[in-house]
Amino acid sequence: MDRIPILRLRDLLLVTIQVDMHDRLAMQLQDELTARISETGARGVLIDISSLDIVDSFIGRMIANIAAMARVLDAQTVVVGMQPAVAITLVELGLTLPGVRTALNVDKGMMLLGSEAGRAPTKMERDADGTH
Amino acid sequence: MPTVRTEMVDLRSSSDVVSVRQIVRTWSIEAGFSLVDQTKIVTAASELARNTVDYGGGGTVRLELMNDGIRRGLRVTFEDQGPGIPNIEKAMQDHYTTGKGLGLGLGGAKRLVNEFEITSRVGEGTRVVITRWK
Repeated sequence: MDRIPILRLRDLLLVTIQVDMHDRLAMQLQDELTARISETGARGVLIDISSLDIVDSFIGRMIANIAAMARVLDAQTVVVGMQPAVAITLVELGLTLPGVRTALNVDKGMMLLGSEAGRAPTKMERDADGTH
Repeated sequence: MPTVRTEMVDLRSSSDVVSVRQIVRTWSIEAGFSLVDQTKIVTAASELARNTVDYGGGGTVRLELMNDGIRRGLRVTFEDQGPGIPNIEKAMQDHYTTGKGLGLGLGGAKRLVNEFEITSRVGEGTRVVITRWK
């Protein structure tokens, strides 16, 4: 059975959604993530959706639910890497994702969460970043 | 209006909803849609396919690649023999839902396509036809 891995990175949990999620998998992720937040005391959750080629109202609701539950557990959620076509479609669909913060990529998401893991990149890293 | 090609797919479970997304993606690429237009019709199809499974008790999806002589288009028809929708006007409203969703499915899907047609009879079933032109 499919499973979406949840990685722990210092005080953050990182989830990269790489499969075309069916609804049950989305529900399972929601449950597992809230359990992991309470287990680890994570202060932030980063959800990387750069591989998702659509976000419909079901997936959108799952993301909003995760953010709401995380908030109650004293953790902040940032969604990173949304594809431009997905963003355009979401707005037309009418989905506003209230309470969900977004960032362009994982690095910026970490900085937004003010995590140690998201310190500013060194000059060397910045130069290397310019290559892609 | 000539239909270039057509295909019928069964829609029973939430994994079929995922397959429908993939098939609609393939066909919309074939229709020559831009990435944004592909994303719109795939998202609309995902909403409607889920409705067919969750509210209609399953059904079928028909895909048609169209060509009206000037432009290409993709038409997707969702059909179920479920309980039907008693009040379509209400069901089309944003944030109205009888289930556990957000109530954006029908209205949202309509905004994402060029043509949208819904017919429903209580006790007989529901049919939704969406078309997007290039």
